[in-house]
Amino acid sequence: MSAPQIEIQLIAAIVAIACAIPGVFLVLRKMALISDAISHSILPGIVIGFFLTEDLNSPLLILLAAITGVITVILVEAIQKTGLVKEDTAIGLVFPALFSIGVILIAKNANDVHLDVDAVLLGELAFAPFDRLLIAGIDVGPKSLWVMSLILSITIGLLIAFFKELKVSTFDAGLSSALGFSPVVLHYGLMSVSSVTVVGAFDAVGAVLVVALMIAPAATAYLLTSDLKKMLMLSIIFGVSSAIIGYWMAHLLDASISGSMTTVLGVVFLVVYLFAPNKGLIAVMYRQKQQRTEVSLLTFLLHLNNHTEESERHINHLQEHINWQRVRSKTVLDLAQKNNMITIVNSIVTLTPKGKEFTDLALEYIVTNKDEKIEHMKDDFFLFRG
Amino acid sequence: MDIQEYFSLVFSDYTLRTITLGTAILGAICGMLGSFAVLRKQSLLGDAISHAALPGIALAFMITGTKDTNLLLLGALVSGLIGTFWIRGMITKTHLKSDTALGLVLSLFFGFGMLLLTFIQKQPNANQAGLDKYLFGQAATLVEKDVTLMAIVTGMCLIIMLLFWKEFKILLFDADYTKTLGFNTRFIDILITFFIVLAIVLGLQTVGVVLMSAMLLAPAAAARQWTNKLSVMIFLAAIFGAFSGVFGTAISASQNNLSTGPVIVLVAAVFVFISFIFSPGRGILFKQIRFWQNRRDLKLQKTLQFMFDIAKGHEDISHPHAIKILNNFQGYTKGSLKKMEEKNWVEVEGQKWSLTHDGYTVAKNLYTQE
Repeated sequence: MSAPQIEIQLIAAIVAIACAIPGVFLVLRKMALISDAISHSILPGIVIGFFLTEDLNSPLLILLAAITGVITVILVEAIQKTGLVKEDTAIGLVFPALFSIGVILIAKNANDVHLDVDAVLLGELAFAPFDRLLIAGIDVGPKSLWVMSLILSITIGLLIAFFKELKVSTFDAGLSSALGFSPVVLHYGLMSVSSVTVVGAFDAVGAVLVVALMIAPAATAYLLTSDLKKMLMLSIIFGVSSAIIGYWMAHLLDASISGSMTTVLGVVFLVVYLFAPNKGLIAVMYRQKQQRTEVSLLTFLLHLNNHTEESERHINHLQEHINWQRVRSKTVLDLAQKNNMITIVNSIVTLTPKGKEFTDLALEYIVTNKDEKIEHMKDDFFLFRG
Repeated sequence: MDIQEYFSLVFSDYTLRTITLGTAILGAICGMLGSFAVLRKQSLLGDAISHAALPGIALAFMITGTKDTNLLLLGALVSGLIGTFWIRGMITKTHLKSDTALGLVLSLFFGFGMLLLTFIQKQPNANQAGLDKYLFGQAATLVEKDVTLMAIVTGMCLIIMLLFWKEFKILLFDADYTKTLGFNTRFIDILITFFIVLAIVLGLQTVGVVLMSAMLLAPAAAARQWTNKLSVMIFLAAIFGAFSGVFGTAISASQNNLSTGPVIVLVAAVFVFISFIFSPGRGILFKQIRFWQNRRDLKLQKTLQFMFDIAKGHEDISHPHAIKILNNFQGYTKGSLKKMEEKNWVEVEGQKWSLTHDGYTVAKNLYTQE
């Protein structure tokens, strides 16, 4: 590995961490799309900042752009408050308008500006190491590395200082204001941090891919845990590892680094989405299937309990009466028989004492809706676990 | 070229005519379908889908090796639909919320698309230049064939909308009721979504991935302010969309270095802004005026009530009282007394006022809602 390669990976990892932290809170607060809005609408701020400073990494430009980001949030909220359109429409109206202004500003001044929209949207990490920070004539490393490290340390500092407040206001805004932490202050604090992070990172990974780095690791972690601290840790791990794997994939394919980082993030998310133990797609589908069978079983047992006449309890009658398919009836019958709840003699189904007891308990639960009736059955059945 | 010159050229110049017609049709179809998206609270679906279409364009190019617009748009359509259904899957099957699902699909698909595009650019066959026009759109590349395609899709969409008008409408406002009536809600739902995706894909070439969502939203959001009726809203949205297209093209053609997409979006944003402020029913301006009016009326009524309380103690309700005693009451001003005199609630004589019979009845019934 050459020095620039190490530096690129270092920048990528720091950007990933800096994005993952606010990302977790955005996802939990159902404001993930605000990051998308901010990442687009900072463009006019960047352009104006660039006119003034001629340097994409100058603090003034970052400040101006971050202010544009916060203005976006304020505008969106102002439009929401009028009640004329829904929340998501407000977001969808504000950021394309601001973005358009940015694009037009660039186009009108194309001759004097070395800034093109592609670069803003997509970024180019490969060039990051060439823009060095010189202090008193000594080269101390790439500028964007320093900028992002500064942003990251501010973010971590704020996270540690206000962790409790953030946690409370994220999960229970009412309680938070009752306890005296203003949700509004925390909200705008979080928005400012996100805004600054997006601005700092856009140079490296581009506006759209900042969104991926913010949302994807957090969403992936959210599928695996419900603990805030674990979620933060996991999303940092996902972010950093995807960034580094993505870098090497880009190296291999000779393609855009940010694009391949996002692709790795996407693959990681897809795998977790499918296979996460409790909340993944396969687990959910399996659970739903089980629940369907168990509801059928219960319906079936209640049906048996209601009818003493033999004609109603004939195996073939089930299909007609409860309107089940053949396979479904068979599954339910097998399940009931395996659990010793029914006996079948000459195609006539009869409840066993155990089946009767189970049915009575279930019936009582349905009538009274009290949990203690079925406490001991919860281990065997998905259905009653809520 | 200035705007006047543009309008004189529109009918004679082939390129200008094609582009103007194209953006107008695009604006109209986006406005129409955008109305559904806005009312179904799927405003940002457009944003997600337009980004999700990018890998489809790149893959279509990689597989076929041609730059035929229709083929590329077909790829965009397929990947847009995959994105849409994945979003739905995420929302229904996991506990991730719609904003996260939209953001994920948007950024992940787009990133993958970028990977493919940069990968294609490094490939030896040099045929690939211009794929990135889909990022920001280039109205200037519209040719008659594209406009015909747009017109056909718009026509199809209109026919389907008229055929399924009742179903679309009822699903929009009460999905559960629709289900109990026995309609196949899933099918209707997929039909609407399919057309929304189709409109987005059509717009990619003109306004590009990033600004497509505004094309879909802005005309509908503007139209929503002027009416509470679905048919009127869709009609208005189509008109707003078409005008944004035409004006946007006109402005960008009359200036140097102005790409059409952003200008169209800004024109549409101006429509929204005007609608927000000046619409008579919901607009901010008239709402504020109504608010002030109500406040003034309430003040007058409060003063009247105060007078009534004084007057009702006397046998003769029109017994004159000194104006001075009103000074203790907050709502009283000289202006309000004059207003009340105009309304014939009180009579003022020198330094005395007396309640008229009208004023007495109004005051008596003030809080009884008669």
